[in-house]
Amino acid sequence: MTVTLADGVAGSPVLNLSVFGVFVLATLYVVYRASSSNRTAADYYAAGSSFSGSQNGIALSGDFLSAASFLGITGGIAVNGYDGFLYSVGWVVAWLVGLLLIAESLRNTGRFTVGDVLAYRMRQRPVRAAAANATLVISFFYMLAQMAGAGGLVALLLNVTSKGGQAIVIVIVGIIMVFYVLVGGMKGTTWVQIIKAALLLVCVTLTTIFLLGKFGFSLSNIMEGAAQNNAHGDALLNPGVKYGKSGITKLDFISLALSLVLGIASLPHVLMRFYTVPNAKEARRSVVWATWTMVVFYLCTLVIGFGATALVGSDAILRAPGGENSAAPLLAFKIGGAVLLGVVCAVAFATILAVVAGLTLAASASFAHDVYANVIKRGNAEPRQEVRVARLTAIAVGVLAIAGGIAANGQNVAFLVSLALALAASANLSTILFSLFWKRFNTKGTLWAIYGGLGSCLVLIIFSPAFSGGPTAIFPDVDFHWFPLSNPGLVSIPLSFLCGFVGTILSKEPADGRKQAEMEVRAITGIGSGR
Amino acid sequence: MTKAIPAAMDSRDPRASRAAGQGFTAFEGVTDGSMVDSDGNPDFAVIQQSPEFQELRRRLRRFVFPMSALFLAWYLTYVLFAAYAHDFMSQKVGGQVNVGIVFGLLEFVSTVIITLVYARYAKRRLDPQRDLVRSRAGVVEE
Repeated sequence: MTVTLADGVAGSPVLNLSVFGVFVLATLYVVYRASSSNRTAADYYAAGSSFSGSQNGIALSGDFLSAASFLGITGGIAVNGYDGFLYSVGWVVAWLVGLLLIAESLRNTGRFTVGDVLAYRMRQRPVRAAAANATLVISFFYMLAQMAGAGGLVALLLNVTSKGGQAIVIVIVGIIMVFYVLVGGMKGTTWVQIIKAALLLVCVTLTTIFLLGKFGFSLSNIMEGAAQNNAHGDALLNPGVKYGKSGITKLDFISLALSLVLGIASLPHVLMRFYTVPNAKEARRSVVWATWTMVVFYLCTLVIGFGATALVGSDAILRAPGGENSAAPLLAFKIGGAVLLGVVCAVAFATILAVVAGLTLAASASFAHDVYANVIKRGNAEPRQEVRVARLTAIAVGVLAIAGGIAANGQNVAFLVSLALALAASANLSTILFSLFWKRFNTKGTLWAIYGGLGSCLVLIIFSPAFSGGPTAIFPDVDFHWFPLSNPGLVSIPLSFLCGFVGTILSKEPADGRKQAEMEVRAITGIGSGR
Repeated sequence: MTKAIPAAMDSRDPRASRAAGQGFTAFEGVTDGSMVDSDGNPDFAVIQQSPEFQELRRRLRRFVFPMSALFLAWYLTYVLFAAYAHDFMSQKVGGQVNVGIVFGLLEFVSTVIITLVYARYAKRRLDPQRDLVRSRAGVVEE
């Protein structure tokens, strides 16, 4: 099967651009409207806790249904078949961690940031500084993934194949998203997220129904078509195409699976979403809503991924300018021509914009609220000044994201996201769970867990084959890797739990019993956590 | 919006107002004592020791800990099979659909079921008990 698209000419750039332009204008208008009620710090960071559970649930899924999910997973399934499907399974199951263990307690004990929860019963300054460091590092990695996705998408959408041209587009994307955050704050960002999540869901559902119809409503037929059109043949449908080569790759697979399931409910920008609802019941409802949308979405990715291979062919996908990430757009062009391609690309772009906006907000909130207000000003910052600092930080974060995105351009975005998830699970999960459920947990334990998890994870990423040594590494020309796994989660996540435990045991400073009582009662009952 | 008010103002519970008048003397008999300190703020240490709260915490932990262990174990089983039991996962069960796909989809199903069960449990067993603790602590729901 030959596809003209493989040469990179994908529909008409003018049409693609105008569909995208309409989306940007519409959301900018919404952001502008939402901004008129942004007055206090609570409005800027947490939208005044005014969203309902269902609204926040959609936004929550929007925050997570990033370009990584849409482009990365469909591409992963299209090229690697069953091994790409693992991401889908992990990311659905992961919401149970948030539902059962984290969402409600977090809503009840924090106000704006993860640092609020971690520092609740600990010494404020060191713990808040550590929490902010973790948030900044995690958000930066996650952002890299999104910006890399933007680069690939642009390559396909506008037929910009030069790295310089792609860099210019990444800069434009970055500027728009910083603008969303500066003007709209949490309220504007949430609305962008809701609009985009709805568009994305409609888009994938319709595509899925169309594909199923084309193949006689049989998943089996789609899989058969995929196997025929993929370089791996029948092996595509079985586990092991990507991760089955050796004992090391199998361990890598398990490490990845662990990061996927434990990472989501530890991502700062996802956690921050729980503050936008008025109480714990609504926080629970939002996770339930998010779970439904996730289940539908990831079921669709299975069909779309296999369908893309069946109709476009894995060779054509890999030869396209965006590589693996271009499976979904290519499929759209194949079945719906230039118009559908324009729509799909606009939705994917919107996704990147919205998610990066959410990340920028989380990072800037963490810096302004934890570092500036509580570490530098020791809790005496003026709220207006704090929001000003948050806005300035948003600009700085945006610049960093643009620079990082240009550097990471071309990597598989789902893989980059999995690194961010490993970092999140390593730095945040152990500390959140310990401080909620373990009475003795204290300041030293918190610091050890955050820095132990984050530090080990960073070091292992730097010395992993994903960073140097291989043809697909970020620095392919040098080789200084000694850690065999691409994903460090298998080591760093248990290590952070261990560090938290050992640090607590070794500390001479006992836990603050009064604050522990306050935190536990607040977490479970919500007493004292009114808006 | 919720806020704590001194139990003395809580006309629904005469015992609470009596206890509040006695300051901290009713510390031991928690159910009869005040859960509000002299400034009208919730007294978290007292609430934490109260049988109502202990029951709420027990109900919560009795559900979420075993359930978390269960779904994580179930997920890891799936992952281990996908990593090490390729032959088993590759068996066809109908057309091109193999055990691996079915196993993966079962993870979706279990997630849906656990979500539904928890939402129901929370509504029936946690929320009423939570409301009880909150009203005992003098929180007025609006």
